[in-house]
Amino acid sequence: MTLDDADCEKCEELLQGYLDRDLTAEEVAVAERHLGACDYCRRRYRFEAELRRYIRVSASERMPAGLMAKLAELRSTAEGV
Amino acid sequence: MSESGAAEPEEEAGRRIASEARERVRFEEEALGFADQVYRVARRMVGTREEAEELVQDTYARAFRSWQSFTPGTNMRAWLLRILTNLNTDRGRKIQRTPDSQPLEEGDYYLANRLAAAEGEQALDQDRVVERLSQGGVVDALAALPHDFRDVVVLVDLGEFSYADAAQILDIPIGTVMSRLHRGRRILKQNLAEETLS
Repeated sequence: MTLDDADCEKCEELLQGYLDRDLTAEEVAVAERHLGACDYCRRRYRFEAELRRYIRVSASERMPAGLMAKLAELRSTAEGV
Repeated sequence: MSESGAAEPEEEAGRRIASEARERVRFEEEALGFADQVYRVARRMVGTREEAEELVQDTYARAFRSWQSFTPGTNMRAWLLRILTNLNTDRGRKIQRTPDSQPLEEGDYYLANRLAAAEGEQALDQDRVVERLSQGGVVDALAALPHDFRDVVVLVDLGEFSYADAAQILDIPIGTVMSRLHRGRRILKQNLAEETLS
């Protein structure tokens, strides 16, 4: 760690809330002030943001062909109601 | 006023039935428009593609039956997922309890630290550094999460639901969503580090 370890620890704690946009204005300011001065934390924030996108892409599986037709058959109008 | 007393109620009833039928068709079409998104979430909540397909079909069967309990103008995707998670729980997943003791939890930097230790701090500066983790590894790490954590992570990070929507879908307090989400993500990163970097 490049700066005070306690600051990096605090920054690590704020990571998820920061990316979720769930921090107070003061917390955002604390995180951004630290990130502006600390490459160690800045790299890790960037990594986390990319990781989230990568997880979403990797774990996302399209609906199998044919399922839509099966679902459409469940419609009331398909039963002739 | 001038219309005959007998014909009017019949006409009205006919109009009401026709308008309800139109509403129902609209509802069904809107619901089907979410099928792919519903499937993507379902796929990560259960073990296999077949189970996911079955779960989505059961969800739509129930949704089409109880379409009148949906409040127009509210979030239909969340409403469908609520049905889906209920059905999934009914399928006996309750047996699969979350263990009381979780492995010692690492911090949020854990995975990045492990990558940096293996490949050097500068590796984190490279574009696409996350792609060193295999996509299959990501899927496995997600599947290895205890299901209480996995459901929240899947809804928020894959389904892109808000904390509030996830709380409503799972019928748990929003604070529980947040703590499970935060812990779930940390455990996921630990799993990823163990499975793909060791």
